[in-house]
Amino acid sequence: MVKKEMLKNKKIKGFSIRFIPYSEIKHLGSTERIRKILDLAFENYILILQGRLRPEEETRLIEDTMAMIDHVKNFKGIELAVISSEERLSVLDKFKNRLVMSLSGGDLGAITIIGPASIVKEIKRDPKKIELMLNK
Amino acid sequence: MAIKIMKNFLKKIFSGFFKNKEDVKLGFYGPPNAGKTSLANRICKDFTGEEIGSVSKVPHETRNIQFKEKVEISYKGKSMTFKMIDTPGITTRVDYEDFLKYKVNQKEAKIRAKEATQGIIESIKWLDDMDVVVIVLDATENPYNQVNITIIGNLVARKIPVLIVANKSDLSFPEYPVIGMSAKYGKNLDGFYDEIFKLAKKVR
Repeated sequence: MVKKEMLKNKKIKGFSIRFIPYSEIKHLGSTERIRKILDLAFENYILILQGRLRPEEETRLIEDTMAMIDHVKNFKGIELAVISSEERLSVLDKFKNRLVMSLSGGDLGAITIIGPASIVKEIKRDPKKIELMLNK
Repeated sequence: MAIKIMKNFLKKIFSGFFKNKEDVKLGFYGPPNAGKTSLANRICKDFTGEEIGSVSKVPHETRNIQFKEKVEISYKGKSMTFKMIDTPGITTRVDYEDFLKYKVNQKEAKIRAKEATQGIIESIKWLDDMDVVVIVLDATENPYNQVNITIIGNLVARKIPVLIVANKSDLSFPEYPVIGMSAKYGKNLDGFYDEIFKLAKKVR
């Protein structure tokens, strides 16, 4: 739907938005998760991921992105932002949320946005919202 | 046999003793151009007379991990010895064209970009080896940068103590005094009252 609307708008072209539910990455190992994300970035997808990567996976994503800049022509890296569900919760709700997270295996209330740097100029964020600034 | 046991025991004691005597590894992390090297230089210059590295307006000036061993910091009658570790700024994007704006030629810009990406990988690899980390942020920029949050999250997961420094406070309103505080939690109200009294004395 979003893709069709984007195609109608001639000013914005050359990328698509892909939503990935957490269930699609839940059973993947860190290497496969990161490969999947970077593969989509190479294909100029802006990725909206339900949930978030683990802290060590986020740093691994940065490391692998840097390695890829050296190896993939015209790849300039990514823009990345996460809104965690915890940022909006009280202490008691945080505790409950962590219990749910430990059972489900991840922070399902979080949203991660990843886009190729060639398309996404900047992701502005404060604790409650994310704004994507696209390259002209 | 008894001698061997005694030797091992003494070895363990001495290795433990010297381990505890190792200098505290103090890492400077943060985004490019936040002032990590400037802060590390200021500290090293004050306590050793030497700087740790060069600074520049061009981002990614620090592209290798830089060290300064045996920096003894004396403050308010206390003294501790640190190994200072200045790291390349971490980011998720490196574009050689960004360096062209700073009158760096294309060939040099491409080399700089390549070295910058390798420096970022090196910075991340060093996270595990730090004892204490200072995250240096540019006070004129939005601190809610995902890279900052990611680095802090990793340090917390590794149980490494973190201090966040809002640098370049001179640039936000250079002609006025600026203090950092939290009204909600009453943090640094002392600093706030100090400044208010200082200013009030000027008119009384």
